[in-house]
Amino acid sequence: MKQAIKAAFPVTIPVMLGYLSIGIAFGLLFENAGYNFIWAFFTSLIVYAGAMQFIAVSFFYGGIGLIQIAVMTFVVNFRHIFYGLSFLDRFNDMGLKKWYMVFALTDETYSLLCGKKAPAGVDEKKFFFCVAILDQSYWVLGSVIGSLAGSMITFNTKGMDFAMTALFIVIFLDQWKAYPSHIPALLGLACTAGVLLAIGPGNLVIPSMALIVIALMLARKQIESKAAVKTEKEEDLP
Amino acid sequence: MILSFGQSLLIILVIAAITFALRAAPFILFSRTGTTPKVITYLGNVLPPAVMGMLIVYCLRNVSVLDAPFGLPELIAVVTVAVLHLWRRNSMLSILGGTALYMVLIQVVFV
Repeated sequence: MKQAIKAAFPVTIPVMLGYLSIGIAFGLLFENAGYNFIWAFFTSLIVYAGAMQFIAVSFFYGGIGLIQIAVMTFVVNFRHIFYGLSFLDRFNDMGLKKWYMVFALTDETYSLLCGKKAPAGVDEKKFFFCVAILDQSYWVLGSVIGSLAGSMITFNTKGMDFAMTALFIVIFLDQWKAYPSHIPALLGLACTAGVLLAIGPGNLVIPSMALIVIALMLARKQIESKAAVKTEKEEDLP
Repeated sequence: MILSFGQSLLIILVIAAITFALRAAPFILFSRTGTTPKVITYLGNVLPPAVMGMLIVYCLRNVSVLDAPFGLPELIAVVTVAVLHLWRRNSMLSILGGTALYMVLIQVVFV
């Protein structure tokens, strides 16, 4: 396990930067709504959803019904329904840890698990688990710090959340190199940019995900034929 | 606190339950049958790069290219991350370098 933590920690540093800064911001907002660090800790522990927790702060000012809250959560987090598809087999071998992995599958943890491999000699399951649990600990820690001492932070953290954007760019480039076909990556960019131009930044994720899935289905033949060619080529190598 | 303890707790539990249900849905739908449909395996393989593309655009969705500074800090930072990464292939260097530059750009240069 020690070995797995050692291997996982450097991989999670970008998420640490992002989660600490976003977590602190969440803790601050939640504190302003009248909820102390125990609430922040508890919420980040059992909800564990970045963007959603920000939106959720507004619920605590009252006037929003539970059904509306439920629908909003469903809409905002709907993209997560696709994330598990990439890990069906790998999580199923993880025993009791499986359900924690499922619970902890945020955008950032998903990205790390997709993009980074366990180094040689380190058990992949333990590595996955450590990545997931380190990521959540940053998130919980960030929200508690924000809640407790947010007003005392003296250096300007504005822009630190760019670490998240940078993380996605880095993984995008790594996958660009690793994947036989560039069509999925390009479709992801193009569909989302198209939806952004068409309807603006307000409700971007669900229409984009829908369009991406449709586009991936339509391009399945091209993508799979390219993947097959690449595999054959690799097999030719001595 | 405007809401009561119970109301607040209920809100948190509802959000937690729905979020977990969404993350668990594929495992509940496809793991008991034993064999996952081919199309789902296909989507599982091709979604990661597509989702990364989506998340990049999503992160930059509020950047305005029509008003000053016309998205320049973001453009410079994104290009820096990409160039650093293509050059050295060191994730830490690319992410920390790009983030530090972005912080300087929006705090000092484009204020």
